[in-house]
Amino acid sequence: MPAPLLDEPDLETEAKQATWTLNFGPQHPATHTTLRLILELDGERIVKAVPHIGYLHSGFEKLGEHLNYNQYVTIVDRKNYISPPMNEVAWHHAVETLLGVELTPRCQYIRVIIGELARVSDHLLCTGAAALDLGAFTAFLYAFNLRELIYDVYEEMSGYRFHPGYTRVGGVLYDFNDRVLDRIRKVTTTFPKVYSDMSKLLFRNRIFLDRMRGVGKLSKADAIAMSCTGPVARGSGVHFDLRKDAPYLAYPDFDFEVPYCEEGDCWARFMVRMEEMRNSISIIEQAVAKLPSGPVNLPIAEKLNVPDKATTYNSMEGLIQHFELVMPNRGFETPKDEVYAAVEGPNGELGYYLVADGTEFAWRARTRPPSFIHFSVFPHIIKDHMLADVVAVLGSLSIIAAELDR
Amino acid sequence: MSTAAPSPTEAAPSAASEAILAKLAAAVGEDAYCVTRFRDNIRIFVTPAKLIEVLTALKTKAGCAFLSELGGADYLKYPGRTGPRFEVHYVLRDLDTAGIVVVKAGVDDPDPALPSVYGLWPGCDWMEREVFDMYGIRFEGHPDLRRILMPDEFASFPLRKDYPLRGRGERHNFQRLTREES
Repeated sequence: MPAPLLDEPDLETEAKQATWTLNFGPQHPATHTTLRLILELDGERIVKAVPHIGYLHSGFEKLGEHLNYNQYVTIVDRKNYISPPMNEVAWHHAVETLLGVELTPRCQYIRVIIGELARVSDHLLCTGAAALDLGAFTAFLYAFNLRELIYDVYEEMSGYRFHPGYTRVGGVLYDFNDRVLDRIRKVTTTFPKVYSDMSKLLFRNRIFLDRMRGVGKLSKADAIAMSCTGPVARGSGVHFDLRKDAPYLAYPDFDFEVPYCEEGDCWARFMVRMEEMRNSISIIEQAVAKLPSGPVNLPIAEKLNVPDKATTYNSMEGLIQHFELVMPNRGFETPKDEVYAAVEGPNGELGYYLVADGTEFAWRARTRPPSFIHFSVFPHIIKDHMLADVVAVLGSLSIIAAELDR
Repeated sequence: MSTAAPSPTEAAPSAASEAILAKLAAAVGEDAYCVTRFRDNIRIFVTPAKLIEVLTALKTKAGCAFLSELGGADYLKYPGRTGPRFEVHYVLRDLDTAGIVVVKAGVDDPDPALPSVYGLWPGCDWMEREVFDMYGIRFEGHPDLRRILMPDEFASFPLRKDYPLRGRGERHNFQRLTREES
């Protein structure tokens, strides 16, 4: 037996201290945003994962106490910046619940349309990026290409591509015109081709399937105990969707299904998102076909809306109302009370706990951020998986760090 | 603007939410809490001593298996307020009937503390840490109560009403580590 050239480690004792620590992030291409994981690994097997968050904390909730109910819409846009209109719908849904107003039918339909467009946009990024992180670049490009058409809709309806800031208390910034509807129809007619491309690339892709199925399992009991909502909960067999179970806006008018899976793994969450996109497109088609005519904003007698330019410059009531809402120390009169209202966001229940003190500023504007709650589940479901599974599980939970840290 | 103006409608709590309240009253008795209603919300105010009892009854006897949301608020100098300075809210849902109730518990300065609900819903882990981080409310029995969004060395609680919007100079006085020192 030849003499050892190097000092060979004593395998018996080394095994006991074999875990090593890997710092994952805060800047890492596969985290997509700024979050950090400290992984304790045994070889490539994860023994423990400790998330460290807060790198993007920008005090959004503190800002919510210093901006009025219309101004804050620009901040909620920047929480989940993958689907800004859904954040706007959620925020003004809470404000309108507080004020006790019911929107015009046209406005309700418009909010459903922009919310569902946002959901499609969010799911396209999430499913596309899930494929990208696992090495399937082409599917991601097909998905991103369609998101471009959705940005075109935002641009036409509000003038801004990325953060539209489109909703207002009691209405929206501008009414939909024919060009907006044309662009929405372009999204809905292009979608089947994109879905078909993505499904052909991914649904029977051996590598993709092997890396998604059975990875990051979350049982139904755990999903409920850990407060999961949205596609994460529905991927685990929780049959709950606020659009169906506690309908808001015009959702009772539409015929749609809520997909769910029982498996609870990354593949289940991926498939729930893919199917939700098809249902969202169907809702958009129905809403565009049935879009009611009539005013989009509440009448100015309600003293809620910022009136449009024509009303402001051509009528005394409009001018007074504009002055009242725009000048400091005037604005809304709110009840001295508080309310919790939530909508079904792309990632799950997106709610606001609003405390009002009678002025135009919220006393407290607490967000119920789905990303924050889903990321707290991550250390539990990544245990005993391989290092390479981190990106698969992170992608399937759709963590948006701006919403995570606020 | 010629069509009929939609009048403000008075949204009421759903029948499912009222059913939760009835089951809670049967389980712990109506003396344990007091109830207010606003729009479609039902709020159940409890004292910190009764908090766990009421939440356990809601979870096990009234069907609210799901903790939807947990957060805090600071009512320092809130107009007309006489109660405790902080309040923590727990939004609970019944996933079968979609009933929803908000449980509120007040705590006061100094040293605000509440029992943790980690034993009932492990999902409260990070939400309680965030309330601790932002308001300094301690949750007794929480397994890992650390700051979550702010850095560990941060000394204040930023969402308290006596903390200024622009901070107290933490950003400008942040200690920089130069390449030579590292």
